Amino acid sequence: MPGLGTSFGRGGATTFQQDLANADCIVIQGSNMAECHPVGFQWVMEAKLRGARVIHIDPRFTRTSAVAHTHVPLRAGSDIAFLGGLINYVLSNELEFREYVVAYTNAAAILREDFADTEDLDGLFSGYDPDRRHYDVSTWAYEGAEEIAPATGAGEPEQAHHGGEDHRRSARAEAYGSGGAAVAAKPKLDPSLRHPRCVYQVLKRHFARYTPELVADACGVPPGSFLEVARAITENSGRERTTAWVYSVGWTQHTVGVQYIRTASILQALLGNIGRPGGGILALRGHASIQGSTDIPTLFNLLPGYLPMPGAHEHESLDDYVAADAGKTGFWGNMRSYTVSLLKAYWGEHATEDNDYRFAHLPRLTGDHGTYKTVLNQIAGDCRGYFVVGENPAVGSANGRMQRFGLANLDWLVVRDLQLVETATFWRNGPELETGEMSTEDIGTEVFFLPAAAHTEKEGTFTNTQRLLQWRHKAVDPPGDARSELWFYYHLGRIIREKLAASTDPRDLPVQELTWDYPVSGPTAEPSAEAVLAEINGAGPDGPLSAYTELKDDGSTSCGCWIYCGVYADGHNHAANRTPGSEQSWVAPKWGWAWPANRRILYNRASADPDGKPWSERKRYVWWDAGEGKWTGADVPDFEPAKPPGFEPEENATAQDALAGVDPFIMQTDGKAWLFAPAGLADGPLPAHYEPLESPVDNPLYGQQFNPLLQTYDSEYNPHNPQGSPVYPYVATTYRLTEHHTAGGMSRFLPYLSELQPQMFCEVSPELAAERGLEHGGWATIVSERSAIEARVMVTARVRPLRVRGRVLHQIGLPYHWGGNGIAVGDPANDLLAAVLDPNVHIQESKATTCDVLAGRRPRGRALTELVDRYRRRAEGSEQ
Amino acid sequence: MTRMGFFTDTSVCIGCKACEVACKEWNLLPDDPPPDLLGMSYDNTGALGASTWRHVAFIEKPAPVELGMPAMGDTGGGTDEPGVQWLMSSDVCKHCTHAACLDVCPTGALFRTEFDTVVVQQDVCNGCGYCVPACPYGVIEKREDDGRAFKCTLCYDRLGSGLQPACATACPTDSIQYGELDELRERAAARVATLHDEGVAQARLYGHDPADGVGGDGAFFLLLDEPEVYGLPPDPVVTTRDLPGMWRTAAKAAVGVVAAVALAFVGGRR
Repeated sequence: MPGLGTSFGRGGATTFQQDLANADCIVIQGSNMAECHPVGFQWVMEAKLRGARVIHIDPRFTRTSAVAHTHVPLRAGSDIAFLGGLINYVLSNELEFREYVVAYTNAAAILREDFADTEDLDGLFSGYDPDRRHYDVSTWAYEGAEEIAPATGAGEPEQAHHGGEDHRRSARAEAYGSGGAAVAAKPKLDPSLRHPRCVYQVLKRHFARYTPELVADACGVPPGSFLEVARAITENSGRERTTAWVYSVGWTQHTVGVQYIRTASILQALLGNIGRPGGGILALRGHASIQGSTDIPTLFNLLPGYLPMPGAHEHESLDDYVAADAGKTGFWGNMRSYTVSLLKAYWGEHATEDNDYRFAHLPRLTGDHGTYKTVLNQIAGDCRGYFVVGENPAVGSANGRMQRFGLANLDWLVVRDLQLVETATFWRNGPELETGEMSTEDIGTEVFFLPAAAHTEKEGTFTNTQRLLQWRHKAVDPPGDARSELWFYYHLGRIIREKLAASTDPRDLPVQELTWDYPVSGPTAEPSAEAVLAEINGAGPDGPLSAYTELKDDGSTSCGCWIYCGVYADGHNHAANRTPGSEQSWVAPKWGWAWPANRRILYNRASADPDGKPWSERKRYVWWDAGEGKWTGADVPDFEPAKPPGFEPEENATAQDALAGVDPFIMQTDGKAWLFAPAGLADGPLPAHYEPLESPVDNPLYGQQFNPLLQTYDSEYNPHNPQGSPVYPYVATTYRLTEHHTAGGMSRFLPYLSELQPQMFCEVSPELAAERGLEHGGWATIVSERSAIEARVMVTARVRPLRVRGRVLHQIGLPYHWGGNGIAVGDPANDLLAAVLDPNVHIQESKATTCDVLAGRRPRGRALTELVDRYRRRAEGSEQ
Repeated sequence: MTRMGFFTDTSVCIGCKACEVACKEWNLLPDDPPPDLLGMSYDNTGALGASTWRHVAFIEKPAPVELGMPAMGDTGGGTDEPGVQWLMSSDVCKHCTHAACLDVCPTGALFRTEFDTVVVQQDVCNGCGYCVPACPYGVIEKREDDGRAFKCTLCYDRLGSGLQPACATACPTDSIQYGELDELRERAAARVATLHDEGVAQARLYGHDPADGVGGDGAFFLLLDEPEVYGLPPDPVVTTRDLPGMWRTAAKAAVGVVAAVALAFVGGRR
């Protein structure tokens, strides 16, 4: 998400799935879209029927590859090398969309003299502090910019947490969901792009060694295949044609996940594919309403609308908070209005100007409270209670054994789910009982299992992958004691407030003063979801607000999530709009409501040239109507409607007034797409290829082997496979199947789905099967430092050995749906993985790790831990 | 009424199996016996049967040399290795023009509907099982614990209400298309022509021809390889095709015998 956020200003997909049908070329990389997003994939098939070229780049040949024109297998964990190769191909052949690049990106911006690149420092950027494993980013700034807005976030770094200091800064990175990082000044420009320190030239040097030969060496992709992709995307970009890029969790789940997305962002910006029909970067979310769960976040370091969570001792007052984070220019310049309106939504009449709108009531970050750190805190005894809602970490999170040891050391655990998932039953049938590492009598955790209502049994909205809010009506009442999340949290809050009503302890004031007055109905006192949506939309003195531009910082407006402002305009539930496609334009603005302001393609001002005319008839979308004096077109213009293309801001203008008529990226402080990110990311202003932490090979580009800022946790529960260890010679990558849903809670318990994929299996090439004596249909045991699991063997030519760094490399595919409960049971692939995280967003590296594989079933009982121990000793020996 | 049917275009099938699940959901079919991994690529259903009225086959094979679209492996010109092709195809009852199952049914449980589809009336079926070997495609099957024969009804209970069959409704890529058979045949012919133009020489229709051994199927297919590759009979023939001729021959023989006997008597008197 910050990959897109720092590049373009908002951390959401830049386009919508239906728009894929307009693409001339679609590259799907880090995604198995046909398999994991089959319904949205119809638009890829539609594009193909219309003549588009479809390319799938993925370690495995999947259902997506089966219907693509070209499948390019590459080594898991090497995508930056591949994309960097494409950038180098574009730049060295001058195939970029030059007019677009000069006008709409920061290619012309001149950087400071003391900036040093990975080419100069063997894989590090200037400002690296090896002791704290952290970058001082001041040298990454534009020349003349005095300072970068300091990052907000947690307080003191934690000792056991290597990424602590980085984390503190990077906690800000997730806040680029809607608003890019702040730079203090507009840069000096060289529109000729010849200045040696302009971004364009820096970029060119940075990627100069990413040649087709290097790509072959790092990724295992032969130069012919690479050049075929390079030609396809450049021939299908420009004035007349557009290429779309689609990614999914195959990119995010790496220690360099954010930089993967940055690399694609740079490439798409160079090709002029952002903000235009049939172009863009489509971020496919992992499942329903994941976009919604970051917009109105379940993340520890965000408030609604990507406002950062304030840090303890750092943001004492609202002024401190806003001063630290608000960009002076661009729409983020109105951050105070967004924040005050949120505080008014939380604390209503109690929030006044005199008391800083109860800013002090907000919780403060004191450190890393991410999911993996929380588990370690549980093991350490620091975290005593745990709500697990619609998650199944015992199966679905990396390092399942560590997860279960955390669960076993709690006072209480609440699991809300549709089924009795493994997280709720670890104490009576977890794998550690069999190995003797735990016994039920010794586990003190009191487990409350609360049945949850399914999506057909409650009302509310989903925010889908393209930022589209769609209202969901209730079809049937939930059975028995099953209740909606809304019911659960409303009544939990109500009961807590009743218990605290008489308290005089000042710490209870934030709860006592909370607005908590939703109408309820029916025998179960179900709260009104529409009332919540109205609160999220916000209201002013004249009733519901229509747009976030109406938000005020004087306490006269309230708004629960500023980017959703307008979804309930005029008191009408726009998320429930259902005008059929046949009765409106192909953009379908009357179906649901998309943030921001119902725009479907973001940055769509870039679909017109600097003068406001469409780049071409074929790709016209939004343009300047000089007669009417406004922007118009197929979509809601993502621009101030009456700001003419020729508008030049005044010298000291702030917020959106500081943006010119040729600045389409209105959430960026300088209005440009960032090829180079002078601020906002913890681990570098440009992407560089780093190996996964657990890689079988050395980094072919730099002395710096892996992301210098990656987050690891020193814990006996979280050991790592040594890099390059012959004990773990194979690459493993985890993934999902169409037939199952993530950790299986919604599929493994259903007979119709279980029978379609009844058992855990691993996919191996015929060559690896021969090397290890694996038989098709037989069993294999897969081993890492964390655990060993068993799986049925699927020998398939769809998995192909690659030639990487002069050797043959085998990859093993592991679907991760299975656990011990339900109809279809099996070992969880996540038990093999370590908790090692990206420094910007704390997402684990599930997509590239190392392992060994043996024929036959895994040992049972204590023999299993003995097997893993033997491997650990061997790995240690081979390391020395 | 106009004949209705299915055109299953396997060139756009993504193997999601939504058709299998939607079919089971709508028709309340029982789940299959305790699941085991079949080892047939991603197919764990195996075949059509009494409780499986849509079945998605997955076939992994080396990519054809033509290297046309779709479904090929790495053809980047950078490797000499052949790519792989992964064919997916959703099979279903063919609703034959000349339906042997219907011909042999002694109770009239199998009947031809006003949509020209072939349906078993479960309350009439007596479980004799004659229809099972009669089907040239091996579609219809008896449910062991029940005794009666079951197969796809082309969602007879939906068509009457103006709905499409459940599988066609669920299919995200329009691989399964429901409509008037004549119109579907035109659409299919055009699709084959397009694929041929794109260099997919392997594309062909299956079951579309009224002149074939079953008089053409009400549910026909666009395939990307020989029918045998998908487990379909290459030249299906209605198993009751020769019955009339056989009866005629038998009748002639009978007449001949009677005549011979009569002649013998007549001759004997002389």
